[in-house]
Amino acid sequence: MKITFNVWRQYDSKSKGQFKKYKMDDLSPDMSLFEALDLLNDQLVQQGVDPIEFDHDCREGICGQCGLWINGEAHGPGSHNTSCQVYLRSFKDGDVITIEPFRAKSFPIKKDLKVDRSALDRIILSGGYISVNTGQAPDAHAITVSPEQAEQALDAASCIGCGACVATCKNASAALFTGAKISHLAHLPQGQMEGKTRPGKMVAAMDAEGFGACSFTEACAAACPQEISIINIIKMNEQYLKNAF
Amino acid sequence: MKLDPRIPEGPLTVKWSKFRSQCKVINPTVRRKHKVIVVGTGLAGSAVSASLAELGFQVEVFTYHDSPRRAHSVAAQGGVNAAKNYKNDSDTVWRMFYDTIKGGDFRAREANVYRLAECSAALIDHAVAQGVPFAREYGGYLGNRSFGGVQVSRTFYARGETGHQLMQGAYQQLMRQVSLGNIELHTRHEMLDLVVADGQARGVICRNLDTGEITSHAAHAVVLATGGYGKIYYYSTLAMQCNATAIWRAHKCGAGFAAPSWTQFHPTSLPLLGDFQSKMTLMSESLRNDGRIWVPIQAGDDRPADQIPEAERDYYLERQYPSFGNLAPRDLSSRAAKRQVDQGKGVGPMKNAVYLDFKDAITRFGKDEIKKRYGNLFSMYEKITGRNAYEEPMMIAPSAHFSMGGLWVDYQLMTTVPGLFALGEANFSDHGANRLGANSLLQACVDGYFIGPTTIMDYLAGAKVEEIDAEHELFSSSKKHIEAHINKLINIKGTTSPNTFHKEIGKLLYNQCGLSRNKKDLEDALEQLKSLEKRFYEDLLLPADHHNLNSELEKAGRVSDYLELAQLIVMDALTRHESCGAHFREEYQTDEGEAKRDDENFCFISVWEHQSSGQPELHKEHLSFEEVQLTQRSYK
Repeated sequence: MKITFNVWRQYDSKSKGQFKKYKMDDLSPDMSLFEALDLLNDQLVQQGVDPIEFDHDCREGICGQCGLWINGEAHGPGSHNTSCQVYLRSFKDGDVITIEPFRAKSFPIKKDLKVDRSALDRIILSGGYISVNTGQAPDAHAITVSPEQAEQALDAASCIGCGACVATCKNASAALFTGAKISHLAHLPQGQMEGKTRPGKMVAAMDAEGFGACSFTEACAAACPQEISIINIIKMNEQYLKNAF
Repeated sequence: MKLDPRIPEGPLTVKWSKFRSQCKVINPTVRRKHKVIVVGTGLAGSAVSASLAELGFQVEVFTYHDSPRRAHSVAAQGGVNAAKNYKNDSDTVWRMFYDTIKGGDFRAREANVYRLAECSAALIDHAVAQGVPFAREYGGYLGNRSFGGVQVSRTFYARGETGHQLMQGAYQQLMRQVSLGNIELHTRHEMLDLVVADGQARGVICRNLDTGEITSHAAHAVVLATGGYGKIYYYSTLAMQCNATAIWRAHKCGAGFAAPSWTQFHPTSLPLLGDFQSKMTLMSESLRNDGRIWVPIQAGDDRPADQIPEAERDYYLERQYPSFGNLAPRDLSSRAAKRQVDQGKGVGPMKNAVYLDFKDAITRFGKDEIKKRYGNLFSMYEKITGRNAYEEPMMIAPSAHFSMGGLWVDYQLMTTVPGLFALGEANFSDHGANRLGANSLLQACVDGYFIGPTTIMDYLAGAKVEEIDAEHELFSSSKKHIEAHINKLINIKGTTSPNTFHKEIGKLLYNQCGLSRNKKDLEDALEQLKSLEKRFYEDLLLPADHHNLNSELEKAGRVSDYLELAQLIVMDALTRHESCGAHFREEYQTDEGEAKRDDENFCFISVWEHQSSGQPELHKEHLSFEEVQLTQRSYK
């Protein structure tokens, strides 16, 4: 396959960025997009050009490290996958693939396609946990949890923290990310003790980090590699309102 | 180097409780004066950091990731073992201990393995309390499934993302302690050196991967929870950034390296599709609960799977190991697959795979039930291969996975450098020569939540540690040494990328020190690795900018360590004249082609001491078995 990569290049957070075009021939449709970028980087280094920095690690869709804006979509073509799971077979021979970083005020660009998503960690830090010290737990069967509750909790807890929801949202809202954690813990009996204060703290942290408001377009859920449902945003709002007054 | 495993006296069943009764503790008001550095934020690292902080110690944590939650523990799919006996199938701590020690081909320390099983139940309790949403049955009780090498169901799971969920639990506890001000967290910092003063581990030198700044950090003890080094094989199930740098550099500062050649090849990874591929993707072992593994009986049979009649299929695991069938342990299953492929019976475009077939399970339980059990794995398979495993069998192949080897630790998880602890996959301790499925998450968690906090406090209470800070001369000289190494790499200005060298190391190890090994190949590999190392320092090419993000430079540092570790791996394989677990020397096999141990001469752990010049020195920790009888491992 022949592909032209149109890639956002930016030296560091302070510099101005721009698109650069790179043509590649003889690519296999079975290659992942990242494997094509690896090859391109090898060629760039040979030419004395700085390679393209992009986030990636597990390359199997679970670590949440990768996140590219590919042809105008978070994580590119295909439904509910991460950027590392995009294969060249999704494109046509001769295509131009435009690749940008995830763009949001709360995700400053570090270099090229790498962004700083530590704002998401600070939302968790504000209350996205159950306060239990090692040694305190009762027997795991002391409290039963219905399979439905456990499944709903797991649906929400599946969030990998990639930030595609934020990048996709026209308001750069982190409502799906934050809602998923609030909802995960609210579905479990163990999460009830702090359930009154958690939503307020986490929503405040989300606002303080500069994420926008949610206007329910559902774009976030459509882009989510883990298929996190917007029911979790509704759950967040319910928990927030129930405990706010 | 002196190897003292410091195993507590007394019967196996009371060793750990006796240790806990007698170990030294520190008054809660005084703990704050002690500072511990933890490197790595996977399950072991996050767990030990949170637990030490809960106790009141000062903790400083380092990870090269941009968030602690990215650590590769997230990728473990199938489950975590615990001897809860919730299934009423006569599971006990002793049975779990025996399965683990037998699974490891009797090359692990009895006392450690027993403790792993003993602490397993409390881990499930703790994870549930943290909000880990394990699978539940209709009555609201926890569900279990079975894993390779055992005949009971003791594996707890959360769909195919058990590692991710346990990691969320540990990460959240870590962040909670950060929010309380008990943990100072440094993301995007890679440890590049250990600082040892008066024979004690006293700190680390790191590089800020975003700015290139080299920083010094002092403490009273250092914990490495930096994972395994299976990525040295290049094509492995590990994440792209997994590396051996922290443990290798600690090794060069005096920490003994145990059993480096014991690497597990996971039987259910996706096969290699082409030279361009950057990694192997794992399909959980849990699939073997319902999937049947087979190849065509006739070598070179090119028909699609559905056109090969039952009578012309060889369900070779069910045939060779009738009592364990498709759930035979990983070393045996991987080796059996390799044999089929070597005989020309491999399937798939590169004839390097075997089938994992769900047809019978779908007929028996229905597609919906199979989807419920493994839905995310089937969709992952489809995303990568473009194939639908509900309609046709999956294709799988063995690939490099877990390091049973690692830094040698005593019963207290301390390395041969006092004050330096190694937890989780970074140490060698519990799995012997082959790890059982779902014991990896368990070991990382048990080391981190229960053992580390106890033994580290014992060390801090007893050790005489002088006050030094990061301005100390030892830190600045180590820093200079690290800067010089970086400059050296950048100034080679050759023609070859670090990735190319990495690929060459991997290929060499796969072919000559992989699923099976022999003397001739190993000797040849050692020579080739030496010349590869020479070529690396003559011909490496890197982008020169090291005061900004430079992934190629990060990689080059890791590859420089791999080049040295690879030689130790080969040397280790060469000096062990027996087969055990994952270490299969072709010269030592039974008539049936199984691993032939030599308990008379090799019932020891090989521990290598680094020498600044010349050959590393081999030390031996002899294993004595008091509770179990050494037997020829049989799964027939």
